[in-house]
Amino acid sequence: MADVTNREALIDPLFNNNPIALQVLGICSALAVTTKMSTALVMCAAVTAVTALSNVSISLLRNRIPNSIRIIVQLTIIASLVIVTDQVLKAFVYDIAKDLSVFVGLIITNCIVMGRAEAFAMQNRPGISFIDGLANGLGYSVVLMAVAFFRELIGSGSVFGVTILQTVNQGGWYVPNGLMLLAPAAFFLIGCFIWAVRTWKPEQIEEEFHIGALLKLSNEGHLR
Amino acid sequence: MEHYLSLATKAIFVENMALAFFLGMCSFLAVSKKVETAMGLGFAVVFVLGITCPLNQLLVDALLEPGALAWAGYPDVNVSFLSYLTLIGTIAAAVQIVEMVLDRYSPELYNALGVFLPLIAVNCAILGASLFMQERDYTLGEATVFGAGSGIGWLLAVVALAAIREKMRYSNVPGPLRGLGITFITVGLMSVGFMAFAGIQL
Repeated sequence: MADVTNREALIDPLFNNNPIALQVLGICSALAVTTKMSTALVMCAAVTAVTALSNVSISLLRNRIPNSIRIIVQLTIIASLVIVTDQVLKAFVYDIAKDLSVFVGLIITNCIVMGRAEAFAMQNRPGISFIDGLANGLGYSVVLMAVAFFRELIGSGSVFGVTILQTVNQGGWYVPNGLMLLAPAAFFLIGCFIWAVRTWKPEQIEEEFHIGALLKLSNEGHLR
Repeated sequence: MEHYLSLATKAIFVENMALAFFLGMCSFLAVSKKVETAMGLGFAVVFVLGITCPLNQLLVDALLEPGALAWAGYPDVNVSFLSYLTLIGTIAAAVQIVEMVLDRYSPELYNALGVFLPLIAVNCAILGASLFMQERDYTLGEATVFGAGSGIGWLLAVVALAAIREKMRYSNVPGPLRGLGITFITVGLMSVGFMAFAGIQL
């Protein structure tokens, strides 16, 4: 782990080891805030900031944190950072902070933050930990923004609140697909996103034992 | 009584923690490969939610709300910004205490839930329930019902998903969709199913 270059630390989480698509981290909050692009953007900024800063703080303290109580120490550091973020959001973008409601607080238990602190910052130096946190936050943002883009465009015909497809209600032609604004659409979109990423990078496919493959093999005469 | 019943129904079905609010997703996906493990973690979540939600309600009432410190002689002090730290601290401590108490007094239960308890401290469903409780100003009774109800809803969802995934091993899923991808789509379909409960009131 020690010989990771800055460039690798930055690029890897974006595509090769995406926190959402491959590490299955931080999905909890990823889905709830993606009905509008503006809320998703604020959420991304908040998560990226918290991940990067918590990685730095934990990396600075890594030789002083006793192993047995490290989880609670990490939680305290992260919770303090989230409080600061929450106050900043309330001060500058109050309406969006209201929209996000409990999900800002839930950054504390967002597995990306904890996961990176535990897996990377505890073993690496502050500089590279910062880049790792930043890159994982950005990897999370890429997925979040993509999901939000489709949900807002198809669900309400706009992008960042700017109308792209004139909806029927406003005298246009587009009948919005209300399902996109509801919970299930987020699951479908992430599922399809993972499908797309893994079609592009087949080495990420999970090899699960399943009977279908066996049947196919035996039909083709490979198994006797 | 009716009020509590309706709150419980809402927490279990209509506003299901996992399927409507996406909370506790990480462990939801991670433990839903086998029904047994899903059941274990599910019961642990019900247990911990039922304890931490009322506990946090008491703390919010006595310490964190604006003006709540009047009994200590500080009626103007507002420490509500400390709520995140307090809530997560309570949860982590409660989980630790529950683990120790179970280990001492009920070894069977400890063996059944033991491995899952540390996982739970960072499960967003637990913190999420406390935050919703704070946002909606529940009383102590409501907080208990809401906590337990959310837990039961989560348990239902995770056991159902695990059962579906066990069956799915017999189907031939396209390679890139295998594993996580198809799980997400299944969860989406389950979420559509749970939406049928919307609007039900007792």
